[in-house]
Amino acid sequence: MAKVKGDIVIDIEKCKGCELCIAACPQDSLELSRKLNSKGYQYMVKIEDNCTGCTNCALVCPEGIIKVYRQTTKKKEPVATISNLTGDITVTVNS
Amino acid sequence: MSEKTLVNEEQHFEEMIAEESICTTDNLVYEKPDTLLDTPMHYCPGCGHGVAHRLIAEVIDELGIQEDTIGVAPVGCSVFAYNYLNIDMTEAAHGRASAVATAIKRVLPDKYVFSYQGDGDLAAIGTAETIHTCNRGENLLIIFINNGIYGMTGGQMAPTTLPGMKSTTSPFGRDVATMGNPLKITELVAQLPGVYYCTRTAVNNAGNVRRAKKAIQKGFEYQKLNKGLSFVEIVSNCPSNWKMTPLASNKWMEENMFAFYPLGDLKVPNDKEK
Ligand code: SF4
Ligand code: SF4
Ligand code: SF4
Repeated sequence: MAKVKGDIVIDIEKCKGCELCIAACPQDSLELSRKLNSKGYQYMVKIEDNCTGCTNCALVCPEGIIKVYRQTTKKKEPVATISNLTGDITVTVNS
Repeated sequence: MSEKTLVNEEQHFEEMIAEESICTTDNLVYEKPDTLLDTPMHYCPGCGHGVAHRLIAEVIDELGIQEDTIGVAPVGCSVFAYNYLNIDMTEAAHGRASAVATAIKRVLPDKYVFSYQGDGDLAAIGTAETIHTCNRGENLLIIFINNGIYGMTGGQMAPTTLPGMKSTTSPFGRDVATMGNPLKITELVAQLPGVYYCTRTAVNNAGNVRRAKKAIQKGFEYQKLNKGLSFVEIVSNCPSNWKMTPLASNKWMEENMFAFYPLGDLKVPNDKEK
């Protein structure tokens, strides 16, 4: 299975360091910072690059400050495919 | 240019693409709903009120009813709920939120009306209003946050405080012989014919957050169909007055609160009558 790549963005100034997101993360990607934000709370930081974008952290965050991104794995579909081409083909473009 | 360097350059280019930030609007899968304002919340770290507010806002956004929803805030920790939700809201006297919501709904029957109440508000001071609103089957949604304690006033015993649970007014634990038994008000109102939908949820983990959101959504949908009263209890934590860290309070809640207040539907509409 292709690995799903995710990422999160958090508003550290509004984080209260409750650690609920850290416990909710199945990938153990999160940890509390050593620094404090301007309100005096330690804030959540992402320490591993293994986030899958599962949104668990964002769902349990009481402050609603986590944005979750997940890379869309969908490849661009070809407009048309040509197979078993033997003879000549003519393409006309209508404009 | 030899073929080898070309391949290397291609690889390098692919790596560059892979390293590019994936934080683009296309890839955004979750962000706070618009109805939840940017105002920082006054709740203690890890308090379940924040999640409950966000779920209400998410449901309102998804149903597209922001302009048509009126909320009633209680007295208690969530007294400032109207500062966080970008909808019309009013404040009721302690315990009277369901009575105020009744009035609003009767005057403006096309609006979606909900009350947001804590356990001290809904199950102590407002017991009469709660029971009669439910019994009349008013076409409302009542969201009941049960954390088994009076949060705002400093952790006094509430009707919902568990047997043996310590609070500032039961410092040796709630003794049921002298202080009475906890009130399971959700079980009580589920018996009333006016209540159409009654459920108990929690917001302690991602799965329960999803289920709680579903319950709130059903409450608004039944209101649209004029089905009567929907009662959604959310068992929540109070890290500050339980004197625990947020994580420990969630664990304590899972072990003790859920044993006494089991999660699940207490009354679901009979699908056949639709
Ligand atoms: S989205 Fe999922 S994997 Fe990524 S940080 Fe949040 S909980 Fe962890
Ligand atoms: S759940 Fe939210 S408030 Fe709590 S530590 Fe994580 S980001 Fe901060
Ligand atoms: S006192 Fe308890 S219920 Fe009130 S905001 Fe703090 S943690 Fe939440």
